[in-house]
Amino acid sequence: MRLTCPLCGDRDRREFYYSGSEDTLTRPAPDAGDAAWDDMLYLRTNPAGVTKDLWYHESGCGSWLVVTRNTVTHEILATERVADRKGAPK
Amino acid sequence: MRYSGWRIIKEALTGHKGWGPVWRDPAPKSEYDYIIVGGGGHGLATAYYLAKQFRQARIAVLEKSYLGSGNVGRNTTIIRSNYLLPGNEPFYEFSLKLWEGLEQDFNYNAMVSQRGIVNLIHTDAARDAATRRGNAMILNGADAVLLDREGVRAMYPWLNFDDARFPIKGGLLQKRGGTVRHDAVAWGYARGADLAGVDLIQNCEVTGMRIENGRILGVETSRGYIGAKKVGVAVAGSSGRVMAHAGMRLPIESHVLQAFVSEGLKPLIDGVITFGAGHFYVSQSDKGGLVFGGDIDGYNSYAQRGNLPVIEDVAEGGMALMPAIGRARLLRAWGGIMDMSMDGSPIIDKTPIEGLYFNGGWCYGGFKATPASGWCFAHLLATDTPHPTATAYRFDRFLKGAMIDEKGQGAQPNLH
Repeated sequence: MRLTCPLCGDRDRREFYYSGSEDTLTRPAPDAGDAAWDDMLYLRTNPAGVTKDLWYHESGCGSWLVVTRNTVTHEILATERVADRKGAPK
Repeated sequence: MRYSGWRIIKEALTGHKGWGPVWRDPAPKSEYDYIIVGGGGHGLATAYYLAKQFRQARIAVLEKSYLGSGNVGRNTTIIRSNYLLPGNEPFYEFSLKLWEGLEQDFNYNAMVSQRGIVNLIHTDAARDAATRRGNAMILNGADAVLLDREGVRAMYPWLNFDDARFPIKGGLLQKRGGTVRHDAVAWGYARGADLAGVDLIQNCEVTGMRIENGRILGVETSRGYIGAKKVGVAVAGSSGRVMAHAGMRLPIESHVLQAFVSEGLKPLIDGVITFGAGHFYVSQSDKGGLVFGGDIDGYNSYAQRGNLPVIEDVAEGGMALMPAIGRARLLRAWGGIMDMSMDGSPIIDKTPIEGLYFNGGWCYGGFKATPASGWCFAHLLATDTPHPTATAYRFDRFLKGAMIDEKGQGAQPNLH
Protein backbone atom coordinates (compact mmCIF):
# COMPACT_ATOMS: atom_id res chain seq x y z
CA MET A 1 0.00 0.00 0.00
CA ARG A 2 1.31 3.46 -0.91
CA LEU A 3 -0.05 6.86 0.06
CA THR A 4 0.34 10.10 -1.84
CA CYS A 5 1.30 12.93 0.47
CA PRO A 6 0.27 16.28 -1.05
CA LEU A 7 3.69 17.71 -0.11
CA CYS A 8 6.05 14.73 -0.51
CA GLY A 9 4.41 12.74 -3.29
CA ASP A 10 3.91 8.99 -3.60
CA ARG A 11 5.41 7.27 -0.53
CA ASP A 12 5.60 3.85 1.10
CA ARG A 13 2.91 3.09 3.69
CA ARG A 14 5.63 2.59 6.33
CA GLU A 15 6.34 6.34 6.41
CA PHE A 16 2.85 6.97 7.76
CA TYR A 17 1.16 6.30 11.05
CA TYR A 18 -2.55 5.48 11.14
CA SER A 19 -4.45 7.31 13.84
CA GLY A 20 -8.11 6.41 13.46
CA SER A 21 -11.24 7.89 11.95
CA GLU A 22 -11.33 11.52 10.82
CA ASP A 23 -14.52 11.84 12.90
CA THR A 24 -12.23 12.65 15.80
CA LEU A 25 -11.37 15.98 14.15
CA THR A 26 -14.86 17.16 15.01
CA ARG A 27 -14.98 17.69 18.75
CA PRO A 28 -18.12 18.29 20.75
CA ALA A 29 -18.36 21.44 22.82
CA PRO A 30 -16.70 21.09 26.23
CA ASP A 31 -20.12 21.10 27.91
CA ALA A 32 -21.84 18.85 25.33
CA GLY A 33 -22.24 16.09 27.91
CA ASP A 34 -20.88 12.60 28.50
CA ALA A 35 -22.82 10.94 25.70
CA ALA A 36 -21.45 13.27 23.01
CA TRP A 37 -17.88 12.85 24.25
CA ASP A 38 -18.30 9.07 24.54
CA ASP A 39 -19.51 9.05 20.96
CA MET A 40 -16.52 11.03 19.69
CA LEU A 41 -13.86 9.26 21.74
CA TYR A 42 -15.00 5.66 21.65
CA LEU A 43 -17.66 4.90 19.03
CA ARG A 44 -16.82 4.25 15.39
CA THR A 45 -18.86 3.80 12.21
CA ASN A 46 -16.15 1.39 10.99
CA PRO A 47 -17.52 0.94 7.46
CA ALA A 48 -16.74 -1.98 5.15
CA GLY A 49 -16.11 0.22 2.13
CA VAL A 50 -15.03 3.83 1.78
CA THR A 51 -13.69 5.43 4.92
CA LYS A 52 -11.88 8.65 5.80
CA ASP A 53 -9.05 8.27 8.28
CA LEU A 54 -6.27 10.32 9.80
CA TRP A 55 -2.71 9.39 8.92
CA TYR A 56 0.42 11.15 10.17
CA HIS A 57 3.39 11.43 7.82
CA GLU A 58 5.88 10.80 10.60
CA SER A 59 8.87 9.84 8.43
CA GLY A 60 8.19 12.66 6.00
CA CYS A 61 6.92 16.20 6.26
CA GLY A 62 5.01 15.69 9.51
CA SER A 63 1.65 16.54 7.95
CA TRP A 64 -1.60 15.15 9.25
CA LEU A 65 -3.56 13.76 6.30
CA VAL A 66 -7.15 12.75 5.75
CA VAL A 67 -6.95 9.63 3.57
CA THR A 68 -10.03 8.39 1.72
CA ARG A 69 -9.59 4.65 1.35
CA ASN A 70 -11.62 1.53 0.65
CA THR A 71 -11.28 -0.86 3.61
CA VAL A 72 -12.31 -3.87 1.52
CA THR A 73 -9.88 -3.37 -1.39
CA HIS A 74 -7.20 -1.17 0.27
CA GLU A 75 -7.56 1.24 -2.68
CA ILE A 76 -6.52 4.82 -1.87
CA LEU A 77 -9.06 7.23 -3.33
CA ALA A 78 -7.81 10.62 -2.13
CA THR A 79 -5.39 12.25 0.29
CA GLU A 80 -5.67 15.72 1.70
CA ARG A 81 -3.76 17.68 4.31
CA VAL A 82 -5.83 18.52 7.38
CA ALA A 83 -4.20 21.95 7.36
CA ASP A 84 -5.53 22.61 3.84
CA ARG A 85 -9.13 22.02 4.86
CA LYS A 86 -11.53 24.92 5.09
CA GLY A 87 -11.63 26.30 8.60
CA ALA A 88 -8.48 24.45 9.71
CA PRO A 89 -6.53 26.26 12.44
CA LYS A 90 -3.50 28.00 10.94
CA MET B 1 -23.91 -41.01 16.69
CA ARG B 2 -21.19 -41.08 19.32
CA TYR B 3 -17.55 -41.31 18.40
CA SER B 4 -15.46 -43.90 20.21
CA GLY B 5 -12.56 -46.24 19.64
CA TRP B 6 -14.99 -49.16 19.28
CA ARG B 7 -16.90 -47.29 16.65
CA ILE B 8 -13.75 -46.77 14.58
CA ILE B 9 -12.89 -50.47 14.79
CA LYS B 10 -16.43 -51.46 13.82
CA GLU B 11 -16.47 -49.07 10.86
CA ALA B 12 -13.03 -50.24 9.75
CA LEU B 13 -14.31 -53.83 9.64
CA THR B 14 -17.50 -52.90 7.78
CA GLY B 15 -16.05 -50.71 5.05
CA HIS B 16 -16.80 -47.35 6.74
CA LYS B 17 -20.38 -47.50 5.48
CA GLY B 18 -21.89 -46.32 8.77
CA TRP B 19 -20.57 -42.76 8.81
CA GLY B 20 -23.22 -40.19 7.94
CA PRO B 21 -23.27 -36.40 7.66
CA VAL B 22 -22.22 -34.93 11.01
CA TRP B 23 -24.98 -32.32 11.11
CA ARG B 24 -28.29 -31.69 9.36
CA ASP B 25 -28.81 -28.99 6.73
CA PRO B 26 -32.25 -27.65 7.72
CA ALA B 27 -34.23 -24.93 5.94
CA PRO B 28 -34.92 -21.93 8.17
CA LYS B 29 -38.25 -21.97 10.05
CA SER B 30 -40.37 -18.83 10.19
CA GLU B 31 -39.63 -18.18 13.85
CA TYR B 32 -37.26 -19.18 16.64
CA ASP B 33 -36.88 -18.35 20.31
CA TYR B 34 -33.20 -17.60 19.77
CA ILE B 35 -31.30 -16.62 16.67
CA ILE B 36 -27.51 -16.60 16.90
CA VAL B 37 -25.98 -14.60 14.06
CA GLY B 38 -22.59 -16.03 13.14
CA GLY B 39 -21.65 -19.68 12.65
CA GLY B 40 -18.09 -19.36 13.86
CA GLY B 41 -16.53 -20.64 17.04
CA HIS B 42 -18.28 -18.20 19.37
CA GLY B 43 -21.71 -18.44 17.72
CA LEU B 44 -21.65 -22.24 17.60
CA ALA B 45 -20.40 -22.46 21.19
CA THR B 46 -23.20 -20.10 22.24
CA ALA B 47 -25.84 -22.26 20.56
CA TYR B 48 -24.30 -25.42 22.02
CA TYR B 49 -24.31 -24.18 25.62
CA LEU B 50 -27.69 -22.48 25.19
CA ALA B 51 -29.22 -25.81 24.22
CA LYS B 52 -27.20 -28.11 26.43
CA GLN B 53 -26.34 -26.15 29.55
CA PHE B 54 -29.24 -23.72 29.73
CA ARG B 55 -31.87 -26.14 28.38
CA GLN B 56 -33.31 -23.73 25.83
CA ALA B 57 -35.02 -24.84 22.62
CA ARG B 58 -36.00 -23.42 19.21
CA ILE B 59 -32.51 -22.10 18.47
CA ALA B 60 -31.02 -21.28 15.07
CA VAL B 61 -27.50 -20.28 14.05
CA LEU B 62 -27.36 -18.16 10.89
CA GLU B 63 -24.10 -18.23 8.96
CA LYS B 64 -23.53 -16.15 5.82
CA SER B 65 -21.05 -18.66 4.39
CA TYR B 66 -20.13 -22.14 5.67
CA LEU B 67 -19.70 -23.04 9.34
CA GLY B 68 -16.32 -22.06 10.73
CA SER B 69 -15.44 -19.97 7.68
CA GLY B 70 -14.22 -16.95 9.65
CA ASN B 71 -11.65 -16.36 12.33
CA VAL B 72 -12.05 -19.73 14.06
CA GLY B 73 -10.15 -21.17 11.10
CA ARG B 74 -7.77 -18.24 10.61
CA ASN B 75 -6.00 -17.96 13.98
CA THR B 76 -2.80 -19.43 15.41
CA THR B 77 -4.71 -21.90 17.66
CA ILE B 78 -3.24 -20.81 21.01
CA ILE B 79 -5.07 -21.21 24.30
CA ARG B 80 -3.89 -19.61 27.55
CA SER B 81 -5.16 -17.67 30.55
CA ASN B 82 -2.17 -15.45 31.30
CA TYR B 83 -4.04 -12.18 31.78
CA LEU B 84 -3.51 -9.59 34.49
CA LEU B 85 -6.63 -7.56 35.20
CA PRO B 86 -9.55 -8.59 37.44
CA GLY B 87 -12.10 -8.07 34.63
CA ASN B 88 -10.23 -10.47 32.34
CA GLU B 89 -8.33 -13.15 34.23
CA PRO B 90 -11.30 -15.01 35.84
CA PHE B 91 -13.00 -15.16 32.44
CA TYR B 92 -9.99 -16.54 30.59
CA GLU B 93 -9.27 -19.04 33.36
CA PHE B 94 -12.90 -20.18 33.14
CA SER B 95 -12.31 -20.62 29.41
CA LEU B 96 -9.14 -22.65 29.93
CA LYS B 97 -10.97 -24.94 32.37
CA LEU B 98 -13.70 -25.45 29.76
CA TRP B 99 -11.02 -26.30 27.16
CA GLU B 100 -9.67 -28.95 29.53
CA GLY B 101 -12.98 -30.83 29.56
CA LEU B 102 -14.20 -29.87 26.11
CA GLU B 103 -13.50 -32.99 24.10
CA GLN B 104 -15.23 -35.26 26.61
CA ASP B 105 -18.09 -32.79 26.86
CA PHE B 106 -18.90 -32.57 23.16
CA ASN B 107 -17.49 -36.01 22.21
CA TYR B 108 -15.22 -34.70 19.46
CA ASN B 109 -11.47 -34.78 19.09
CA ALA B 110 -10.38 -31.14 19.07
CA MET B 111 -6.76 -32.10 19.80
CA VAL B 112 -6.54 -29.91 22.89
CA SER B 113 -2.82 -30.02 23.66
CA GLN B 114 -1.61 -28.36 26.87
CA ARG B 115 1.97 -28.03 25.74
CA GLY B 116 2.79 -24.87 27.69
CA ILE B 117 3.28 -21.23 26.73
CA VAL B 118 6.31 -19.09 27.64
CA ASN B 119 6.33 -15.28 27.54
CA LEU B 120 9.98 -14.24 27.31
CA ILE B 121 11.53 -11.68 29.67
CA HIS B 122 14.41 -9.39 28.65
CA THR B 123 14.75 -6.79 31.40
CA ASP B 124 14.37 -6.39 35.17
CA ALA B 125 11.23 -4.32 34.61
CA ALA B 126 9.74 -7.04 32.43
CA ARG B 127 10.55 -9.60 35.14
CA ASP B 128 8.70 -7.48 37.71
CA ALA B 129 5.72 -7.22 35.35
CA ALA B 130 5.80 -10.98 34.69
CA THR B 131 5.97 -11.69 38.43
CA ARG B 132 2.96 -9.49 39.02
CA ARG B 133 1.07 -11.13 36.17
CA GLY B 134 1.98 -14.61 37.41
CA ASN B 135 0.72 -13.75 40.88
CA ALA B 136 -2.53 -12.38 39.45
CA MET B 137 -2.97 -15.61 37.53
CA ILE B 138 -2.35 -17.78 40.59
CA LEU B 139 -4.76 -15.66 42.67
CA ASN B 140 -7.44 -16.43 40.09
CA GLY B 141 -6.85 -20.17 40.13
CA ALA B 142 -4.58 -20.36 37.09
CA ASP B 143 -1.03 -21.72 37.02
CA ALA B 144 2.15 -19.75 36.46
CA VAL B 145 5.87 -20.46 36.81
CA LEU B 146 8.56 -17.79 36.69
CA LEU B 147 11.57 -19.17 34.80
CA ASP B 148 15.09 -17.82 34.98
CA ARG B 149 17.40 -17.77 32.00
CA GLU B 150 18.56 -21.33 32.58
CA GLY B 151 14.97 -22.48 32.95
CA VAL B 152 14.18 -21.16 29.47
CA ARG B 153 17.43 -22.58 28.13
CA ALA B 154 16.52 -26.04 29.39
CA MET B 155 13.33 -25.89 27.32
CA TYR B 156 14.59 -24.15 24.18
CA PRO B 157 18.40 -24.26 24.04
CA TRP B 158 18.49 -23.03 20.46
CA LEU B 159 16.94 -19.59 21.16
CA ASN B 160 19.19 -16.56 20.68
CA PHE B 161 19.90 -15.87 24.37
CA ASP B 162 22.51 -13.19 23.78
CA ASP B 163 20.75 -10.93 21.32
CA ALA B 164 22.27 -7.46 21.83
CA ARG B 165 18.93 -5.66 22.04
CA PHE B 166 16.72 -8.29 23.73
CA PRO B 167 18.85 -10.84 25.61
CA ILE B 168 16.65 -13.54 27.15
CA LYS B 169 16.64 -13.19 30.95
CA GLY B 170 13.78 -15.54 31.77
CA GLY B 171 10.18 -16.32 31.03
CA LEU B 172 6.68 -16.61 32.45
CA LEU B 173 5.47 -20.14 31.82
CA GLN B 174 1.87 -21.30 31.88
CA LYS B 175 2.05 -25.08 31.57
CA ARG B 176 -1.70 -25.47 31.06
CA GLY B 177 -1.64 -23.21 28.01
CA GLY B 178 -1.20 -24.78 24.60
CA THR B 179 -2.81 -25.26 21.23
CA VAL B 180 -6.03 -26.73 19.84
CA ARG B 181 -7.01 -27.98 16.38
CA HIS B 182 -9.04 -24.86 15.56
CA ASP B 183 -11.38 -26.11 12.81
CA ALA B 184 -12.30 -29.09 14.98
CA VAL B 185 -13.54 -26.65 17.64
CA ALA B 186 -16.09 -25.26 15.19
CA TRP B 187 -17.02 -28.74 13.99
CA GLY B 188 -17.30 -30.16 17.50
CA TYR B 189 -19.56 -27.34 18.69
CA ALA B 190 -21.59 -27.51 15.47
CA ARG B 191 -22.12 -31.24 15.84
CA GLY B 192 -22.95 -30.90 19.53
CA ALA B 193 -25.42 -28.09 18.87
CA ASP B 194 -27.05 -29.99 16.02
CA LEU B 195 -27.45 -33.09 18.21
CA ALA B 196 -29.11 -30.87 20.82
CA GLY B 197 -31.66 -29.72 18.25
CA VAL B 198 -30.16 -26.43 17.07
CA ASP B 199 -30.82 -25.56 13.41
CA LEU B 200 -27.50 -24.65 11.76
CA ILE B 201 -28.45 -22.60 8.72
CA GLN B 202 -25.62 -21.91 6.28
CA ASN B 203 -25.44 -19.54 3.31
CA CYS B 204 -27.87 -17.33 5.18
CA GLU B 205 -26.61 -13.77 5.48
CA VAL B 206 -28.36 -11.30 7.75
CA THR B 207 -29.23 -8.31 5.57
CA GLY B 208 -31.38 -6.35 7.96
CA MET B 209 -33.04 -6.30 11.37
CA ARG B 210 -36.72 -5.70 11.99
CA ILE B 211 -36.94 -3.42 15.00
CA GLU B 212 -40.16 -1.83 16.25
CA ASN B 213 -40.67 0.32 19.33
CA GLY B 214 -37.16 -0.41 20.54
CA ARG B 215 -37.60 -4.15 20.34
CA ILE B 216 -36.19 -6.64 17.83
CA LEU B 217 -38.77 -8.84 16.09
CA GLY B 218 -36.50 -10.78 13.77
CA VAL B 219 -33.90 -10.57 11.03
CA GLU B 220 -34.07 -10.16 7.27
CA THR B 221 -31.79 -12.68 5.61
CA SER B 222 -30.73 -13.81 2.15
CA ARG B 223 -33.12 -16.75 2.77
CA GLY B 224 -36.08 -14.63 3.84
CA TYR B 225 -37.36 -13.07 7.05
CA ILE B 226 -36.94 -15.06 10.27
CA GLY B 227 -38.67 -14.02 13.46
CA ALA B 228 -37.06 -14.35 16.88
CA LYS B 229 -37.71 -13.52 20.51
CA LYS B 230 -34.01 -12.91 21.11
CA VAL B 231 -31.17 -12.30 18.68
CA GLY B 232 -27.52 -12.74 19.69
CA VAL B 233 -24.85 -11.40 17.36
CA ALA B 234 -21.44 -13.14 17.53
CA VAL B 235 -19.68 -12.12 14.33
CA ALA B 236 -16.36 -10.67 15.51
CA GLY B 237 -14.55 -9.22 12.51
CA SER B 238 -17.84 -8.16 10.93
CA SER B 239 -19.45 -6.65 14.02
CA GLY B 240 -19.55 -3.14 12.53
CA ARG B 241 -21.31 -4.40 9.42
CA VAL B 242 -23.96 -6.45 11.22
CA MET B 243 -24.69 -4.02 14.05
CA ALA B 244 -25.12 -1.23 11.49
CA HIS B 245 -28.41 -2.99 10.66
CA ALA B 246 -29.52 -2.03 14.16
CA GLY B 247 -28.22 1.51 13.70
CA MET B 248 -25.50 1.01 16.31
CA ARG B 249 -22.00 2.39 16.32
CA LEU B 250 -19.55 0.27 18.31
CA PRO B 251 -16.37 0.95 20.30
CA ILE B 252 -14.60 -1.19 17.70
CA GLU B 253 -12.43 -0.82 14.60
CA SER B 254 -11.80 -3.73 12.22
CA HIS B 255 -8.12 -4.48 11.68
CA VAL B 256 -6.27 -7.13 9.71
CA LEU B 257 -3.92 -9.56 11.47
CA GLN B 258 -1.64 -11.81 9.47
CA ALA B 259 -0.36 -15.26 10.38
CA PHE B 260 2.14 -17.59 8.78
CA VAL B 261 3.06 -21.25 8.44
CA SER B 262 6.42 -22.61 7.36
CA GLU B 263 7.04 -25.84 5.49
CA GLY B 264 6.81 -28.98 7.64
CA LEU B 265 9.88 -29.53 9.84
CA LYS B 266 10.99 -32.19 12.29
CA PRO B 267 9.91 -31.61 15.91
CA LEU B 268 11.60 -28.46 17.21
CA ILE B 269 9.17 -26.50 19.38
CA ASP B 270 7.00 -28.50 21.75
CA GLY B 271 5.21 -25.52 23.25
CA VAL B 272 4.34 -21.92 22.43
CA ILE B 273 6.94 -19.13 22.67
CA THR B 274 5.98 -15.47 22.69
CA PHE B 275 8.55 -12.74 22.10
CA GLY B 276 6.46 -9.68 22.88
CA ALA B 277 9.36 -7.25 22.68
CA GLY B 278 10.08 -8.38 19.13
CA HIS B 279 6.45 -8.71 18.02
CA PHE B 280 6.74 -12.42 17.28
CA TYR B 281 5.25 -15.64 18.61
CA VAL B 282 5.62 -19.19 17.39
CA SER B 283 4.49 -22.77 17.93
CA GLN B 284 4.77 -25.92 15.83
CA SER B 285 1.76 -27.73 14.49
CA ASP B 286 1.36 -31.48 14.72
CA LYS B 287 2.08 -31.62 10.99
CA GLY B 288 5.44 -29.95 11.61
CA GLY B 289 4.84 -26.46 10.24
CA LEU B 290 5.99 -23.54 12.36
CA VAL B 291 2.90 -21.42 13.03
CA PHE B 292 3.81 -17.83 13.79
CA GLY B 293 2.63 -14.26 13.73
CA GLY B 294 3.17 -10.78 15.04
CA ASP B 295 1.37 -7.46 15.17
CA ILE B 296 -1.73 -6.31 13.35
CA ASP B 297 -1.06 -4.29 10.20
CA GLY B 298 -2.12 -1.15 12.05
CA TYR B 299 -4.89 0.35 9.94
CA ASN B 300 -8.59 -0.49 9.69
CA SER B 301 -9.42 -3.09 7.05
CA TYR B 302 -12.00 -5.68 6.03
CA ALA B 303 -9.76 -7.20 3.35
CA GLN B 304 -8.68 -10.52 4.98
CA ARG B 305 -5.22 -9.92 3.55
CA GLY B 306 -2.38 -7.81 4.83
CA ASN B 307 0.58 -5.91 3.48
CA LEU B 308 4.24 -6.82 3.06
CA PRO B 309 5.77 -4.53 5.74
CA VAL B 310 4.27 -6.64 8.52
CA ILE B 311 5.57 -9.84 6.92
CA GLU B 312 9.03 -8.30 6.97
CA ASP B 313 8.59 -7.18 10.59
CA VAL B 314 7.48 -10.64 11.70
CA ALA B 315 10.36 -12.28 9.82
CA GLU B 316 12.81 -9.92 11.52
CA GLY B 317 11.35 -10.81 14.92
CA GLY B 318 11.69 -14.49 14.10
CA MET B 319 15.31 -14.10 13.01
CA ALA B 320 16.15 -12.14 16.18
CA LEU B 321 14.66 -14.81 18.43
CA MET B 322 15.54 -18.02 16.63
CA PRO B 323 18.05 -17.56 13.79
CA ALA B 324 17.43 -21.17 12.73
CA ILE B 325 14.07 -20.06 11.30
CA GLY B 326 15.99 -18.40 8.46
CA ARG B 327 16.50 -21.82 6.92
CA ALA B 328 12.78 -22.60 6.80
CA ARG B 329 10.65 -21.58 3.85
CA LEU B 330 7.36 -19.79 4.29
CA LEU B 331 4.52 -21.96 3.06
CA ARG B 332 1.42 -19.89 3.67
CA ALA B 333 0.40 -16.46 4.91
CA TRP B 334 -3.11 -15.23 5.50
CA GLY B 335 -5.04 -12.42 7.13
CA GLY B 336 -8.07 -12.37 9.38
CA ILE B 337 -10.22 -9.43 10.41
CA MET B 338 -10.19 -8.54 14.10
CA ASP B 339 -12.72 -6.58 16.09
CA MET B 340 -10.18 -4.27 17.74
CA SER B 341 -11.94 -2.67 20.69
CA MET B 342 -11.05 0.63 22.30
CA ASP B 343 -9.45 -0.96 25.38
CA GLY B 344 -8.33 -4.31 23.96
CA SER B 345 -11.03 -6.25 25.82
CA PRO B 346 -14.25 -7.82 24.56
CA ILE B 347 -17.95 -7.03 24.98
CA ILE B 348 -20.67 -9.51 25.98
CA ASP B 349 -23.71 -7.40 26.73
CA LYS B 350 -27.28 -6.42 26.02
CA THR B 351 -27.81 -3.59 23.55
CA PRO B 352 -30.19 -0.65 23.98
CA ILE B 353 -32.57 -2.60 21.68
CA GLU B 354 -34.66 -5.05 23.67
CA GLY B 355 -34.02 -8.64 22.62
CA LEU B 356 -30.78 -7.82 20.80
CA TYR B 357 -27.53 -9.02 22.39
CA PHE B 358 -23.95 -8.52 21.32
CA ASN B 359 -20.75 -10.55 21.62
CA GLY B 360 -17.63 -9.12 19.99
CA GLY B 361 -14.56 -6.95 20.31
CA TRP B 362 -12.27 -9.95 20.80
CA CYS B 363 -9.25 -8.24 19.26
CA TYR B 364 -6.76 -10.98 18.36
CA GLY B 365 -7.55 -13.05 21.46
CA GLY B 366 -10.87 -14.54 20.49
CA PHE B 367 -9.90 -18.14 19.82
CA LYS B 368 -8.80 -19.00 23.37
CA ALA B 369 -11.99 -17.40 24.65
CA THR B 370 -14.32 -19.52 22.51
CA PRO B 371 -15.75 -21.87 25.20
CA ALA B 372 -16.23 -19.21 27.87
CA SER B 373 -17.51 -16.69 25.33
CA GLY B 374 -20.15 -19.18 24.23
CA TRP B 375 -21.03 -20.12 27.80
CA CYS B 376 -21.25 -16.52 29.04
CA PHE B 377 -23.21 -15.33 26.00
CA ALA B 378 -25.63 -18.24 26.41
CA HIS B 379 -25.93 -17.31 30.10
CA LEU B 380 -26.79 -13.73 29.16
CA LEU B 381 -29.28 -14.79 26.49
CA ALA B 382 -31.01 -17.35 28.69
CA THR B 383 -31.09 -15.46 32.00
CA ASP B 384 -30.74 -11.78 31.00
CA THR B 385 -27.95 -11.48 33.58
CA PRO B 386 -24.21 -11.55 32.89
CA HIS B 387 -22.20 -14.60 33.89
CA PRO B 388 -20.10 -13.87 37.02
CA THR B 389 -16.85 -13.99 35.02
CA ALA B 390 -18.12 -11.62 32.32
CA THR B 391 -19.67 -8.79 34.34
CA ALA B 392 -17.02 -6.29 33.21
CA TYR B 393 -17.58 -6.82 29.47
CA ARG B 394 -20.16 -4.05 29.20
CA PHE B 395 -20.82 -1.50 26.48
CA ASP B 396 -20.97 1.37 28.96
CA ARG B 397 -17.53 0.78 30.46
CA PHE B 398 -16.12 3.43 28.12
CA LEU B 399 -18.71 6.02 29.10
CA LYS B 400 -18.15 5.21 32.77
CA GLY B 401 -14.36 5.07 32.62
CA ALA B 402 -14.23 1.40 33.65
CA MET B 403 -11.98 0.26 30.79
CA ILE B 404 -10.13 -3.08 30.95
CA ASP B 405 -6.92 -2.00 29.28
CA GLU B 406 -4.33 -4.79 29.76
CA LYS B 407 -1.64 -2.87 27.92
CA GLY B 408 -2.52 0.60 29.21
CA GLN B 409 -2.58 2.04 25.70
CA GLY B 410 -5.71 4.16 25.83
CA ALA B 411 -8.51 4.39 23.31
CA GLN B 412 -6.51 3.55 20.21
CA PRO B 413 -7.49 0.16 18.81
CA ASN B 414 -4.37 -0.37 16.68
CA LEU B 415 -2.14 -0.26 19.77
CA HIS B 416 -3.80 -3.09 21.71
